[in-house]
Amino acid sequence: MNMKPIYLDHAATTPTAPEVVQAMLPYLEGTYGNASSLHSFGREAKAAVETARGRIASFMHARPEEIVFTSGGTESDNFIIKGIALSRKDRGNHIITSSIEHHAVLETCDFLRKQGFSVSFLPVDSNGLVNPDDVKKAMTNKTILITVMHGNNEIGTIEPIAEIGSIAREHGVAFHTDAVQTFGHVPIDVDELKVDCLSASAHKLHGPKGVGLAYIRAGTKITPLLHGGDQEKRRRASTLNVPGIVGFGRAVDLAGTEMHTESSRQSALRDRLMEGLLAEINDTRINGHPIRRLPNNANLSFAFVEGEGLLLSLDMEGIAVSTGSACTSSSLEPSHVLSAIGVPVELAHGSLRFTLGRDTTREDIERVLRVMPGIVHRLRAMSPLARKGAVS
Amino acid sequence: MRQTGPYNEKVMDHFRNPRNAGELENPNGIGTAGNPVCGDIMEISIRIEDEVIKDVRFRTFGCGAAIATSSMVTELVKNKTIDEALAVSNRAVAEALGGLPPVKMHCSVLAEEALRSAIDDFRRRQGNS
Ligand code: FES
Repeated sequence: MNMKPIYLDHAATTPTAPEVVQAMLPYLEGTYGNASSLHSFGREAKAAVETARGRIASFMHARPEEIVFTSGGTESDNFIIKGIALSRKDRGNHIITSSIEHHAVLETCDFLRKQGFSVSFLPVDSNGLVNPDDVKKAMTNKTILITVMHGNNEIGTIEPIAEIGSIAREHGVAFHTDAVQTFGHVPIDVDELKVDCLSASAHKLHGPKGVGLAYIRAGTKITPLLHGGDQEKRRRASTLNVPGIVGFGRAVDLAGTEMHTESSRQSALRDRLMEGLLAEINDTRINGHPIRRLPNNANLSFAFVEGEGLLLSLDMEGIAVSTGSACTSSSLEPSHVLSAIGVPVELAHGSLRFTLGRDTTREDIERVLRVMPGIVHRLRAMSPLARKGAVS
Repeated sequence: MRQTGPYNEKVMDHFRNPRNAGELENPNGIGTAGNPVCGDIMEISIRIEDEVIKDVRFRTFGCGAAIATSSMVTELVKNKTIDEALAVSNRAVAEALGGLPPVKMHCSVLAEEALRSAIDDFRRRQGNS
């Protein structure tokens, strides 16, 4: 392949920004202290961690002591959902979530269900939105936790978090949002969103892999997932990942300065991509909300063809995209998110997710638009589902 | 064999340049098969003369492995007698492709079933004429 590779799978992970790598290097080399140690080596590491914590906290309008560093989004989701459920199990055993959550949330809820909790999985409309009225209706006097994602990783729909947060507050129920896809991409203010807990992950915003955060509002009791030392105010034992946290802090700095320009730049490219594909290729539909969506997400279904063939064909052109979400691409089931918004199974099979990033250029998008029609037509020509005449 | 992504070069070659894709002008047997595991579909049309498969085409809605096995099965049975064609198993197709990833073995079943169903259709038509 001699053409420049085009990476359009930023929802899976982003390239680590060079600025982030630079910020991390000293903590991989000379400054190797354990942030829990009292000597100067430890104090230096600790200072770096606290600087990052302060910046990240102010970025999301939280207080530094409300941030617990974790190993990533999956751990944060597990920690918060299990931790809240366990700490409130004397008050009730009911959890409300949506049917389009990331597997880290769905599987955690399912695990709790097997432990005796009951879980309501709320439906979504055809754009992927949870209806706050459904949350209200699902509420019982046993409800202890609501967990609804901020931005959906597959179809990009942004949920009405603040509205759901108001309902949670009225009922005195803890409210968590998985903000892994939105953190660093759209503004986040934990007070405006009315959340008690939030999950985020550094590698989705050009930070390193293996580090994330759980925001726990002051006064919210939570049972730890990891027991051991008394790091993170005894909410998460384990030696702090100093280089990772420093890198996360730097990534958040970058997001703070670039987020607004990047989100309008990327959403313009994203719209060009979606409109171009829709115009050039018959029998195509856009999945997710037309307006309330992540600035970098385009998800489309191409009738009569299967997603893996599309993905492999694009890969041969040096273009990296995803079918469904990255974690499920080896599974044969159609995406639970596309099923939830009512995409018929066959159409769901022919779905691709393109997710843009700060390295995506206009020329990248134009190249995708140049090659996609040919790829779809080639596969349609050998599909038994394609209507005669539809192959144009 | 060298692996690129989930598939080896031979599978990718058949995916990139499928042999005998499309529909026959005047087939005397058409068979389809649906994969219960993933919902994917394959269709084979054949032209049989004097018990020999003179021509064969396929159309497949399925993953890369399904397209490659479809292509391979048409190559394996073209100019073979019906009996020889019926002896071609999904394993033989997968082996001829230099192997498939374990999660993709079920895809090769489509090819075998669609071929059998096309031969059945041919026999049915002969019986009626
Ligand atoms: S996954 Fe359906 S045929 Fe391969």
